Amino acid sequence: MHSAILIQHISKQYGALQALDDVSLEIEPGEFFGLLGPNGAGKTTLISILAGLVRANKGHAAILGADVQSSFCEARRMLGVVPQELVFDPFFTVRETLRFQSGYFGIRNNDAWIDEIMANLDLTGKADSNMRALSGGMKRRVLVAQALVHRPPVIILDEPTAGVDVELRQSLWQFISRLNQDGHTIVLTTHYLEEAEALCQRIAMLKQGKIVALDTTANLLTRYGSVKKDGEGKTDLEDVFVNIMSGGAL
Amino acid sequence: MSKAPNQALNKPALEYGSGFPTLLFKEVKRFYKVAFQTVAAPVLTAVLYLMIFGHVLEGREVYGRLNYTAFLIPGLVMMSVLQNAFANTSSSLIQSKVTGNLVFVLLAPLSHFEFYAAYILAAVFRGIVVGLGVFLITLWFGLPSLEHPLWILAFAFLGAAILGSLGLIAGIWADKYDQLAAFQNFIIMPATMLSGVFYSIHSLPPAWQVVSHFNPFFYMIDGFRFGFFGVSDVSPWSSLAIVLCFFAVVSAVALRLLQKGYKLRH
Repeated sequence: MHSAILIQHISKQYGALQALDDVSLEIEPGEFFGLLGPNGAGKTTLISILAGLVRANKGHAAILGADVQSSFCEARRMLGVVPQELVFDPFFTVRETLRFQSGYFGIRNNDAWIDEIMANLDLTGKADSNMRALSGGMKRRVLVAQALVHRPPVIILDEPTAGVDVELRQSLWQFISRLNQDGHTIVLTTHYLEEAEALCQRIAMLKQGKIVALDTTANLLTRYGSVKKDGEGKTDLEDVFVNIMSGGAL
Repeated sequence: MSKAPNQALNKPALEYGSGFPTLLFKEVKRFYKVAFQTVAAPVLTAVLYLMIFGHVLEGREVYGRLNYTAFLIPGLVMMSVLQNAFANTSSSLIQSKVTGNLVFVLLAPLSHFEFYAAYILAAVFRGIVVGLGVFLITLWFGLPSLEHPLWILAFAFLGAAILGSLGLIAGIWADKYDQLAAFQNFIIMPATMLSGVFYSIHSLPPAWQVVSHFNPFFYMIDGFRFGFFGVSDVSPWSSLAIVLCFFAVVSAVALRLLQKGYKLRH
């Protein structure tokens, strides 16, 4: 069986900036995987390479065995990406937006699934609202829905809960966890480390374009949490993250 | 570590077709939603041109037998077709780039051919809708003859496709609205206005006649007008050959930019 995501020796340079430096990573089907790092670490660049939005200078990446460049049609059909920026098309309603996104993947008559996604993300009441009329949180829900309309087996969420309320976070994670239980591979980037700790089975940490930690969440807590504990001896992922980013890892 | 994955999810669960029809439909619906701006306004502009120039220059004859208003109508129709085809692709792309929503199209499994065909056919459709609107309104000023309808359709389609392609190139190249405006105001607008919309090039001094022959827009207008009157400044076959060559060149450039992901995929 192919890896859900295979990244081999990927490097990306923007002028003098080395955004990614020989990154290799393998994510198995069905994993809930966390990709963490400070701003500018290269997380979004890596996701963009997987999505075909950015072309790597070196290396190879594949989604379920399909190369993201040479077999881009197959790779993109198996991948759903929730972009970090809150972008939308102001001409259309929520339902139109989702129908178009489904149609871009060549899937027509997909209303049953679109209705189900909208119901799970509490968007049903806004189905006929123009995208301009939605709050930031609602727009974020539509972004998640757009990534799911073609039922991709691999889903990447790039900071999906940035700037959204607690209610949406909870309903979103319930829905995403259910998709993961159904077998979808989930890759998450977030600055809310408690979310990553609760949800992700395995975590990679990026710093200045390099992977500086890669292990199960439990192992990371055991290995690096002992270096820095709170007063009660309880370690959390934030301790681990701070420790690794300050140079204590690998 | 990872759960046992659902085997069915490792391959797409649905039957996939092409995304081209949806992208085409979306591009058409985009301009339809603002039809006052994208269709009604250019029709009104063309009618104003006709009323003003037709009134001021009435009494003049072109090709020795046509009154000026009749001569002007096909030129205005074609000018509207060209300008609106350009506007459709260029404005759609620049808006999508600036607002960031182009990412939804870029994430989809669309080939550069599908992307190109959808944007260009939508541009052709808008150009022809506006051109038809101008034509219908100008019927009030008198029905021009329709000597060779197939020539009319051929030049309208090719002209709109060329300007749609140029709009695509401009939309890809421009990072800001003012760059797009520069492309439109300093290249498209002069080439259109100096193409013989308002005059036969035989009325120009010899030097300007020669210059006009280097303007590909001239052949689009001249060939289109031939379809109405059966008379033109140059042979319609020559115009068709030049327009086809120009179409091939701009299409090749646009397709190459899309294939390379120039300013779209970094």
